[in-house]
Amino acid sequence: MFGTYLMRELTNRKKHTAIIAIGMALAIALVIIVNGVAAGVRDAQSSVLASVYGVGTDITVSQTPVAPTGDGAGQRPSFDFGAADGQTTDGSTSLSQSRLAVDRDTTTFDSTTLETVLAVDNVSAGTATLSLSNTSFNGQIPDITQTQEGTAAAGPTDGGAPRGGGPDGGGGSSFDVDSFTVEGIDVAGVAVGPLTSATLTDGRTFESTDSAASVVVVDSAYATTAGVAVGDTLAIGGTDFEVIGLVTSGTSDAATASNTYIPLGVAQAVSGLDGQVSSIYVQASSSEAITQVQSDIETALPDATVQTQADLASSVSGSLSTASTLVAGLGTWLSILVLAAAFLIAVLFTISGVTRRTREFGTLKAIGWSNRRIVGQVAGESVVQGAIGGAVGVAVGLIGLLAVNLAAPTLSAGTTADAASAAGFGGRGGGGGPAAATQVAATTDIVLQAPVTVPIILIAVGLALLGGIIAGVFGGWRAARLRPAEALRSIS
Amino acid sequence: MYELKNVTKSYATSRRTVKALDDVTLTIPRGQMVAIQGPTGGGKSTLLQMLGALERPSTGSVSLGDNDLSTMPDSRLGGIRAKEIGFVFQGFNLIPTLTAQENVETALEPLGLTSAERRSRAATALASVGLADRGAHRPSELSGGQQQRVAIARALVKEPEVLLADEPTGSLDEATRDDIMDLLETSWRDRGLTLIIVTHDSAVAKRAQRRLHIKQGKVTEK
Repeated sequence: MFGTYLMRELTNRKKHTAIIAIGMALAIALVIIVNGVAAGVRDAQSSVLASVYGVGTDITVSQTPVAPTGDGAGQRPSFDFGAADGQTTDGSTSLSQSRLAVDRDTTTFDSTTLETVLAVDNVSAGTATLSLSNTSFNGQIPDITQTQEGTAAAGPTDGGAPRGGGPDGGGGSSFDVDSFTVEGIDVAGVAVGPLTSATLTDGRTFESTDSAASVVVVDSAYATTAGVAVGDTLAIGGTDFEVIGLVTSGTSDAATASNTYIPLGVAQAVSGLDGQVSSIYVQASSSEAITQVQSDIETALPDATVQTQADLASSVSGSLSTASTLVAGLGTWLSILVLAAAFLIAVLFTISGVTRRTREFGTLKAIGWSNRRIVGQVAGESVVQGAIGGAVGVAVGLIGLLAVNLAAPTLSAGTTADAASAAGFGGRGGGGGPAAATQVAATTDIVLQAPVTVPIILIAVGLALLGGIIAGVFGGWRAARLRPAEALRSIS
Repeated sequence: MYELKNVTKSYATSRRTVKALDDVTLTIPRGQMVAIQGPTGGGKSTLLQMLGALERPSTGSVSLGDNDLSTMPDSRLGGIRAKEIGFVFQGFNLIPTLTAQENVETALEPLGLTSAERRSRAATALASVGLADRGAHRPSELSGGQQQRVAIARALVKEPEVLLADEPTGSLDEATRDDIMDLLETSWRDRGLTLIIVTHDSAVAKRAQRRLHIKQGKVTEK
């Protein structure tokens, strides 16, 4: 009887059923689309972050930057030349010097910090890196000796012969300053780190026997611009390194985290930063443990900056960031608003339906139907209406996501130097000198793909049923309050 | 057997209190056919609702057999209505979305019968009112007389002790009225029912064994 009565009501009150179901369907479709797009944006952000921080990195640990004091790490690179430096030919002296040092906005800390981090509960893996910049100076100046002699013999005011030498032959100078980033990494094959997301395109990657070798793996994009290939040598901090492999970002078109990668111990030795690292990549044992691990590390290392992937996501800029903001703000609130409106419509229409059926329910009570039976009937009708809306909403939502995926909107994304450097190691792929390193470090185009996941569909169907149940509760409450005598009297 | 003792039923309105029944004492033996007449607003429907366990008196007591309807909780009153009392209304009160067969089955729903039993008994009840071939029709596809027959089948299908009819022929023409009254009288006679009919129609009232008149809440024999 329950099923028959329910079906008869739904099929004979089509308009009523359709209004509730359409309202619910719109809300559910919006929830699915917003959630799908949000998941797509999150995936895109993860993809961008993975290209910078590596796959599997849940947390990064760095030292909060401090104001520089005196010479040394953190200072502007400077090049000092003595009078006898350089080679002099044709009245010009060629000078060349290379320095490997940490960026001004990066602070190093003791590598034993890694042991502290690894001792934290639910940390499954961790690795330390040292982020450096190699800055080289190449230039030609007029022969210093010749200039000094000319000055002494004729003096500036006696109309002697003009100065010669230099690249233009007239006493001028030419300088070239180049910079690229160098990442010192553990070559022991740990599960996390900046190279875990990279794909080898030529040569080989590091082996554990490379820990003390002067070998370098180069980002493919940088290798192209620098004109180096596997087997070539690359000068880093005044030492020649053999290029053993080329890598590219494995998850997107973005550049990898650094222009070059060298063994950590070698990086520390060449830069004069023995026992120092600039950041630690941490993998938690589960996603549920990330918050606890972050908190425990912050407790163990009160001076450290500890950031999760969610924190790092804020470093992603560009239209991807705009999309993320839109989805998180407007999309979520729109979903909530439409869902609330759909619930309200369902509740009001159900109550209205019960009021219209006062005579019907009064009669049923008069012939012995219990309140419970009538409430169950009303609630059952509402739940089925919600389920119909949910089913239609899921279909519309899936079509919407399909449309998004077919349209495949392209979003640009980058990691900003400010945010990344706060993490201690981002913003390093740009090259082009120190000035460029403070701008957007890695920019890429990401095609947005909104995934369809079973949990989202289950949540959507659950919401539809919840809407039906809420409407049923209100409608049932209204029906239960009807006294049979009053219900029958109201029609006479 | 119905027994009403000093039954008063008052309704409070915004301006005053209306006494629909005023100190009514009445006994209706089992198996009797009673007609209740009176002017509009005299208390006929209130008396019928009291007898039908739809209302409780403000004061006094109403009992049906051993059951005191004035003190029973709602759930038990519902049980009494489900098993022992059948209702026929002036407006038929059929559920418009259900077929005639399904409307009759609604009266069996509270009894916990199997669907096969419900179908069988409802079909028999429909046949007993001459509508064996109308089971699949919805109320809107039936005439007024046929709808009232379905309502009578719904009231009788649970084999109640009491049948309460509130203006059962009020919406029907004379010929149909007589048909319906014949049907009710036959059912009353064959089943040994207590049949209580509220009516304005003297032709209907004259067919009853006993006629009561109610005016301003006071019941008198006629």
